[in-house]
Amino acid sequence: MPEKTSPEAGRSTVAAAVVGAAELTEATIKTQGQNKPRSLGQDAWRELRGSWLFWASGVLLVIFIVMAAFPTLFTDVDPRQADLRGHYLAPPNWSHFFQGDWFGYNGQGQSVYARTVHGARASIIVGVCVTIAVTVFGGLVGMLAGYFGGWVDGLLSRITDIFFGIPLLLGGLTLLQAFTHRTVWTVTLGLATFGWMQIARVMRGAVITQKQADFVTAARALGAGTGRILFRHILPNVLGPVIVVATIALGGYISTEATLSYLGIGLQDPVVSWGVDISAAQSQLRDAPHVLLVPATFLSLTVLAFILLGDAVRDALDPKLR
Amino acid sequence: MAENSKKSEAVDATPNVSEVEVSDASTTAEVEAVLDAPVERGEPILQVRNLVKHFPLTQGILFKKQVGAVKAVDGVSFDLYQGETLGIVGESGCGKSTVAKLLMTLETATSGEVFYKGQDITKLSGRALKAVRRNIQMVFQDPYTSLNPRMTVGDIIGEPFEIHPEVAPKGDRRKRVQELLDVVGLNPEYINRYPHQFSGGQRQRIGIARGLALNPEIIICDEPVSALDVSVQAQVVNLMEKLQDEFNLSYVFIAHDLSIVRHISDRVGVMYLGKMAEIGTDSEIYDHPTHPYTQALLSAVPVPDPDAREGRERIILTGDVPSPANPPSGCRFRTRCWKAEDKCAQEVPLLAVPEVFAGKKTPAAHESACHFAEEKQVVGAA
Repeated sequence: MPEKTSPEAGRSTVAAAVVGAAELTEATIKTQGQNKPRSLGQDAWRELRGSWLFWASGVLLVIFIVMAAFPTLFTDVDPRQADLRGHYLAPPNWSHFFQGDWFGYNGQGQSVYARTVHGARASIIVGVCVTIAVTVFGGLVGMLAGYFGGWVDGLLSRITDIFFGIPLLLGGLTLLQAFTHRTVWTVTLGLATFGWMQIARVMRGAVITQKQADFVTAARALGAGTGRILFRHILPNVLGPVIVVATIALGGYISTEATLSYLGIGLQDPVVSWGVDISAAQSQLRDAPHVLLVPATFLSLTVLAFILLGDAVRDALDPKLR
Repeated sequence: MAENSKKSEAVDATPNVSEVEVSDASTTAEVEAVLDAPVERGEPILQVRNLVKHFPLTQGILFKKQVGAVKAVDGVSFDLYQGETLGIVGESGCGKSTVAKLLMTLETATSGEVFYKGQDITKLSGRALKAVRRNIQMVFQDPYTSLNPRMTVGDIIGEPFEIHPEVAPKGDRRKRVQELLDVVGLNPEYINRYPHQFSGGQRQRIGIARGLALNPEIIICDEPVSALDVSVQAQVVNLMEKLQDEFNLSYVFIAHDLSIVRHISDRVGVMYLGKMAEIGTDSEIYDHPTHPYTQALLSAVPVPDPDAREGRERIILTGDVPSPANPPSGCRFRTRCWKAEDKCAQEVPLLAVPEVFAGKKTPAAHESACHFAEEKQVVGAA
């Protein structure tokens, strides 16, 4: 209830009281309404609807995902069409919304706007696919290591440690070197191979904590099998930290893909990607900063949106935080 | 409660392995048949013989070498009769909770047997063990950690039916869960709420409802009320007594609160450092204790009446409980006992009716593991 010190204070208090009463009745209705079944998912959705973080990141992500899926909705300019004579490093024309020259032209005389729109697809596919692969594989490794302990844990944890010794970028660089023709799928494979360890460790720690919980003992006392205990009791309780790590990592994979492309070992021309564009733009940074800044801004916004969404979803999925 | 028959059994029957009717059912089907057999009221339903649990102490990182063992439970024997409540009391670390876990076969016993209807359940596995679990259930100490926070109350109480689908047909389960909620005094409409939306006492009721779901014969209660407020403790204990009558349950009630145990128990066992010190009916233990440890414990019970408090003797024990990894020789209690003599260090006192009282018809003639057992009035008016 907003506190006001203006002369209107008296009236606003009355108004507030009326609003308060209205809220009260609404609350009573809500409590009565609680009798009807509501699942965890429905509860999470109610929680998400009230979060501005969710809406901000959600709107951004919807834009980027639609951009990735249907780039032609945003521009009908061909991102590969080059007009060196007419457009070489032409500056942006900020008032020409959604036109080919909105963000100017690059060193090849290609529309920066069209390339940025078309570049979203590679980045988002790589980011999402690497995250899914890493969460499934790393999660499984961590879960088995944490739940079974003993030599299983010893073996899996040492393998994790070995992979941890290899930096993601160096590992990806070395593995992708072996492919002469690189697509989003080879880049996904390269990043997933060297990116699963963090999830595995987070998962292992969380599972070790949860498996000692009384409710797990209670399930065992009821005669529940390993599968039920792992997937029904432990997994839902460890998903929170894993989702957070995964979404933050998703942003990281998108930027690592850009880094690899920048280093010339990720995606290659003619694939349009933000990394490829940033890489190409670096030499003309002083003459035409827009060629680099536009894809870089889109990249940062995507990464940010995923991280914010991860945060919002974590808060909503955790009944304890409500 | 068949008070007389129980007492006479306690007097002249020192339980030992040979007396247990061991059924040698070997196949799962036979085991299940044994488990389904009804037990008469007042007959032993659970017989525990020389139960031992040692947790190994290891040293070394790669090659683990056993350097000793924590003797959490070291030779515990008792009977649980159908329809009765057996209280087990003792201070922290005396092995009460380990006994509960062993009875639930959540831990593997180092040695010893737990006979459920004559069937040793410590070595069962697979389907036979699952069948035993249907009949022996547990209520946990901490209602805040024993319920999965991600599951609704309906899912928590309904889970037993999912694990044992033969107990309730699928379409019937929701109704059964609502009935159970009603039985434990909760609004059946709370079925879709999460545990965090309840108070401690309500949560414990949910835990009890989960334990009741499979219609068990025995419920092991591991300090079910010690995490609750005193006023709520009474509600929960009364609920448990009501349920016992209603569903003909046998309880093993583990606690460290002596007054609660006296309130609910028909018989009481006192544990000290992994061993049973004394066992008998509640009046035998509370009004005629013969083991010095029981006497010391009882003298620490707060007495609400100031006049009675004036007159009574407080037995103050010195020192700490010895480490269960290195317990004293002979009698475990001798390091803190005011009666200890050389004999106590050399001979382990057996849990049996002391010779002094053997054959006498006094309430003091119950099993007590002390060489120098004698009666001593410790609790005044309480």
